[in-house]
Amino acid sequence: MSEVTAAHHGLSLCHGCGLLTRTGHHHAGYCPRCGAGVHPRKPDSIARTWAFIVAAAIMYIPANVLPIMITDSVFGAQADTIMSGVAYLWHHGSWHLALIVFIASVAVPMLKLMALIVLVVSVQRRSAWDPLQRTKLYRIVELVGKWSMLDIYVVALMVALVQLKALATISAGPGAVAFGAVVVLTMFAAMSFDPRLIWDSMENNDG
Amino acid sequence: MPDGNQLIACHECDLLQHEVALPEGGVARCRRCGGLLYRSHPRGLERALAYTLGALVLFVISNTFPIVGLEVNGDLIQATLLGTVSMLYRDGMWLVAALLLFTTVLAPLVHLLAMLYVLLPLQFGALPRSPELVVRVLTEVKHWGMVEVFVLGVLVSLVKLADLAKIVPGVALWSFGGLMILFTAASIAFDPRQIWLKMEHAS
Ligand SMILES: [Zn+2]
Ligand SMILES: [Zn+2]
Repeated sequence: MSEVTAAHHGLSLCHGCGLLTRTGHHHAGYCPRCGAGVHPRKPDSIARTWAFIVAAAIMYIPANVLPIMITDSVFGAQADTIMSGVAYLWHHGSWHLALIVFIASVAVPMLKLMALIVLVVSVQRRSAWDPLQRTKLYRIVELVGKWSMLDIYVVALMVALVQLKALATISAGPGAVAFGAVVVLTMFAAMSFDPRLIWDSMENNDG
Repeated sequence: MPDGNQLIACHECDLLQHEVALPEGGVARCRRCGGLLYRSHPRGLERALAYTLGALVLFVISNTFPIVGLEVNGDLIQATLLGTVSMLYRDGMWLVAALLLFTTVLAPLVHLLAMLYVLLPLQFGALPRSPELVVRVLTEVKHWGMVEVFVLGVLVSLVKLADLAKIVPGVALWSFGGLMILFTAASIAFDPRQIWLKMEHAS
């Protein structure tokens, strides 16, 4: 059997139960086994992915500029952004922890956005660039997405624990809301993208 | 028309391939893109049920007992997960509170209960009612449970707080670690493809 796709035969894969159903080439239908909606490709994949990418990129700015944690102590109030939190960890001896937080909160969201843009643009331009590499890139994007939530959890626990009226109290800042939005929006962007589109443009290039 | 039982499509590149029998514990990967097609799960449903039940017990413990405590001048401040959520809510950070509640409590709980709802009747040879609805909820909710990220978050905050005060680990700290492991094991063993085959046989 040569390189023939299910869509080529008018078949669609159900993501709920793995059954192949006949839907025709551009139609949607319902899976006869589990009742989930099936489409040859995720509907409006490119447009939806772009919308989530743009929204996430916009939220990325307040997420990094606004304080995500505010410490009120006898020495006055101190507002921490994500980067100043990383810098604090770095200067207080736990460089490996600084590295974990930096990777999860700064590097991953940024690289994830860039990777998604590369994937969407390559599909739109019907690029012939190694589809296997692009599929692997997509898998990484899917895999690492949720780890960016790390800093939100750290802030939440600091808020709950550091409530020492005499010494210091910690509260969450508006940056935390923006940062949470970035994580959720990039996850939606990754879910909207259909990796099968990468392979579709390859087939059309071959003739 | 090609037979759906023999032909399968890769969910990542849509390549049509023939289904082959797997050795015990084997994994079938796509010929073109290497994506996971299906796994062989020896006694998969029983294992999924056992892990799910264990995870539910640990889930209850994790949400009842304190995760960590801070001891300052003889005072002990303890944090539970739900306490943390309500603290954020009272601070006016209700969006962050909702995100925390959803990703660490609601999504994992719905995920576990949905698996239990399908697995328990099947174990006794019965069919669950409207399984298609439950499985659909499950496929939506499974992306949003982030217990493992939360566990890492607890560890990071412990190190951050270590020079501020004495840390007292709580019962839920350990149970969260166990929950993370059992939850992952249950999600892997719970194979929708195998479940639907089993339900087709049972009906
Ligand atoms: Zn289905
Ligand atoms: Zn494939």
